[in-house]
Amino acid sequence: MGVGIEVASLNAWYGNNHTLQDINLNIPANHATALIGPSGCGKSTFVRCLNRMHETNPIARVTGTVRMGDLDIYGDAKPVEIRRRVGMVFQRPNPFPTMSIYDNVAAGLKLNGFTNRRALDEIVEKSLRNSALWDEVKDDLKKKSGASLSGGQQQRLCIARALAVDPEVLLMDEPASALDPVSTSKIEDLIFQLKSQYTIVIVTHNMQQAARVAEKTGFFLNGRMVEFDSTHKIFTNPSDKRTEDYITGRFG
Amino acid sequence: MSTAPFVLRSRLRALSDHIATGIAVLSTILVVAPLVAIFAYLLFKGASSLNLDFFIKIPKAVGEEGGGMANAIVGSAILLGLGSLIGVPVGIGGGVFLSEFGRGTKLANTIRFTADVLNGVPSIVMGIVAYSLVVVPMHHFSAFAGGVALGIMMIPTVCRTTEEMLLMVPNVIREAALGLGVPNWRAVLSITVKTASPGIITGCMLAFARVAGETAPLIFTAFGNAFWSTDLNREIAALPLQIYIYAISPYDDWHRLAWGGALVLIILIVLAVSLVRYVTSRGVLKGAN
Repeated sequence: MGVGIEVASLNAWYGNNHTLQDINLNIPANHATALIGPSGCGKSTFVRCLNRMHETNPIARVTGTVRMGDLDIYGDAKPVEIRRRVGMVFQRPNPFPTMSIYDNVAAGLKLNGFTNRRALDEIVEKSLRNSALWDEVKDDLKKKSGASLSGGQQQRLCIARALAVDPEVLLMDEPASALDPVSTSKIEDLIFQLKSQYTIVIVTHNMQQAARVAEKTGFFLNGRMVEFDSTHKIFTNPSDKRTEDYITGRFG
Repeated sequence: MSTAPFVLRSRLRALSDHIATGIAVLSTILVVAPLVAIFAYLLFKGASSLNLDFFIKIPKAVGEEGGGMANAIVGSAILLGLGSLIGVPVGIGGGVFLSEFGRGTKLANTIRFTADVLNGVPSIVMGIVAYSLVVVPMHHFSAFAGGVALGIMMIPTVCRTTEEMLLMVPNVIREAALGLGVPNWRAVLSITVKTASPGIITGCMLAFARVAGETAPLIFTAFGNAFWSTDLNREIAALPLQIYIYAISPYDDWHRLAWGGALVLIILIVLAVSLVRYVTSRGVLKGAN
């Protein structure tokens, strides 16, 4: 089951560049929340702050609080622990190239010392079914490399890999921007199914995509969150002039 | 009328295309030709002195017919094994540090600079280093000292190629591993190094092949041995040393053996490199680039 995320006065820097300024928002559990905004507005940085990925860059810095259920992300929890509970799917599909399809899905568990073969088989199958990839790959799970799949399949493989460690939150950083329309719609269908079990935060450049998959939408601009509301409200009757300008394509 | 300049331009383009292709082919021939020439000449000069005795007998005294290089072949194998045992782990460890843990730090920059300088140090100097580190304290020449000399020579090559290969692993692969909640050290070993492993192995093989033909660092470490010995604590024979001794001798018989030895050395290097490539490529799945 997913958990809600409470973000309070979150600030982030890359070197001297203040990329996120005083972000406050509550992301509801078991829903999909979309983050939109022009390139460089800080939406990717924001999701990377939610699983402490931002700080893997040596010049990056974060202040503020993020709570995820009982977990204080910037408290005493270890990043490794947090990332097991917060799955992440990246913009470009990034399966481990030297691993089979099976090993890609099992990687998170295996690399953390999980050795029960039988349970692993079940988890791999369940994760691949949940990511709607099972039927396409079930015959060459251990024969084919993850890198031999098509781009859309690779991205669903990456989703399966994230689901296998049983996270509560799934962060998706433009998961369909490198994919063709058919693969994109498969990913969107998937988000639709998954959001009953996971809290999903999806960064997207595609406003139709946000409208299709998310209940809530946040609009970022120049490192600030301009507006956060129900998707319907954002796209039909935004309160802020800048949101309206962006939605109607006047800039960005 | 109006198509004339176009036709001319397209002819020029086709011509420059042919010229560029021609230059590329010519360069390839220039690169490959010496290699083919050396190998052909070695075959021509050395093949006749190869027989079973060459591989199973030790050298005979001057004037006696026959004899082989069994001791030098085994000696080279032992020296290279020892060298690899020292050079490969230290080199890979250093490369992993440079790329994954120390990137951008002063320490890493210093190590990289040192490795580059070490790469350019004449091999005889490496021999002197091993001499003063091992031979002097032990008071005698030994196979062990020769292995140390070759190992030290391998370190910079292995270290720098490991670093280069790791830097080629896209950052998204590292992030994918970290994003799964895998501890950093585990992600580095099981994901990043594994992804770069074909390149790292190539680097190790290059270093191996390079030191396999080294004579200078062995002169006052392994020293050479006309008799059968596999004792790490004693002087040991090595193919390059034996070739050197035979080649500068005044005897035709020994010259022939030297040619045979050189041929065997090259063939053994090719075999060793191919074997390692074959063994390590079997585990990696097809289609994974």
